[in-house]
Amino acid sequence: MSDAAAPIPPEPAPRAQPAPAGGPHPPAISSAERDELRRQGILLTSLEELYNWGRSNSVWPLQFGLACCAIEMIAASMARFDIARFGSEVFRPSPRQADLLIVSGTVTKKMAPQVVRLWNQMPEPKYCIAMGACAISGGPFKQGYNVLKGIDRFIPVDIYIPGCPPRPEALLHGLIALQKKIRGQTLSGPAAPRHLRAETACTYPVPAFGEHDLLPPKNPAVWQPPSLERTD
Amino acid sequence: METPEQIRDRLLARFPDATVTVVANPGPAAQHSLLVDPARAVEIATFLRDDPALRLDFCSNVTGLDWPEREVVETIRKTVPLSPATGAADASPASPAVESATPIVEEKVKRLQPGYLEVVYHLYSMALKHGPVILRLRTGNRTDQVSLPSLTPVWRSCEFQEREVFDLFGVAFRGHPDLRRILMWDEFRDHPMRKDYAEPDDYEWEPTPHETVLAKARAHYSSPAPDAPAAQSP
Repeated sequence: MSDAAAPIPPEPAPRAQPAPAGGPHPPAISSAERDELRRQGILLTSLEELYNWGRSNSVWPLQFGLACCAIEMIAASMARFDIARFGSEVFRPSPRQADLLIVSGTVTKKMAPQVVRLWNQMPEPKYCIAMGACAISGGPFKQGYNVLKGIDRFIPVDIYIPGCPPRPEALLHGLIALQKKIRGQTLSGPAAPRHLRAETACTYPVPAFGEHDLLPPKNPAVWQPPSLERTD
Repeated sequence: METPEQIRDRLLARFPDATVTVVANPGPAAQHSLLVDPARAVEIATFLRDDPALRLDFCSNVTGLDWPEREVVETIRKTVPLSPATGAADASPASPAVESATPIVEEKVKRLQPGYLEVVYHLYSMALKHGPVILRLRTGNRTDQVSLPSLTPVWRSCEFQEREVFDLFGVAFRGHPDLRRILMWDEFRDHPMRKDYAEPDDYEWEPTPHETVLAKARAHYSSPAPDAPAAQSP
């Protein structure tokens, strides 16, 4: 990427050499890369790549299990599936040291405020994986009175892993998808992640225990119920 | 082990003023249970635990039941005394032979059976290796007379399960050492396992709603729902 513009230009934008059209060689950089170089410059782009490479290969999960999905998560961390291959073997017992919240199991309404509080206690940049049917939607307990119908009603979820419970391979696949997502994050611009934008809050309101349900039952800033639209 | 009828007879001999009845289980399990007067329940439970022939030293299970108010239709057969004139006039053309029998009329009576809550205890004997003996206690109604004596002083294993019955059914146990909600949070006001419990309205769209879920889907997503049965019908 750096050989496309040999002299280091002054800050705003390097002038990339357009590739000869119709030539035998493909263009050295794509147009999207050229746009990014124009916006951020070589220095920031290289730093971003290094920064994201480092972050994505040391995603430390919170040591936090809720139900049977946690058993699969533990299995994924053991020698047979070995989540250490992807740099995530360090399960931190404190949310202050964790980058990733794996919601591994059924979130009951009694447990939901504690999950949101743990999420608030984690420092940015932080990511959330909803593991299994219960964490995604309530799963088999969706019609019940005591289970939260998806943790995405209160906190933003980056990766959803379906399954009941998902196999350890599925968790590893979700982790790799999260790593790809981290590597794609930019340091500036409109696509910058939540913690680099000044206007977004990084803490989320913790629901209170009400007389019949959680108060509020969902965070409207994070989640809205799906709406149906007639297309015919 | 003694049959429930034998246990009932011994209990009645020991506690003459208590009411103990056997509730028959018509199913193939035939686990008949003893319905015990709540006023003497603690003494009866202590007797069952300490009696040398029973020694029911282990309460394995406590559960609750909700019996809402319901209408019972009973068929009552009763004889109708007839006056001699009308009786002779009715009986003589059809059946002259049967002149002495009074006609038996079946009458259907609707009766409103009041609702109540019920707590069921399953008792076993570790020492004598027998069981279960099943105890039932019933509250007066479902609203204001929902108090029952706690059997936690007799069997310590009842403690958490009586808390669960208190939480989910709303039975208030007198004499329980720590009567708090165990599954739902303390601020919760409802009793979810009661038949008339209305769950919080947090339905969201599902691809294949059916039965009660379909009713909820119609309430929440009104536009596609009326067309759905029409599309299915040919």
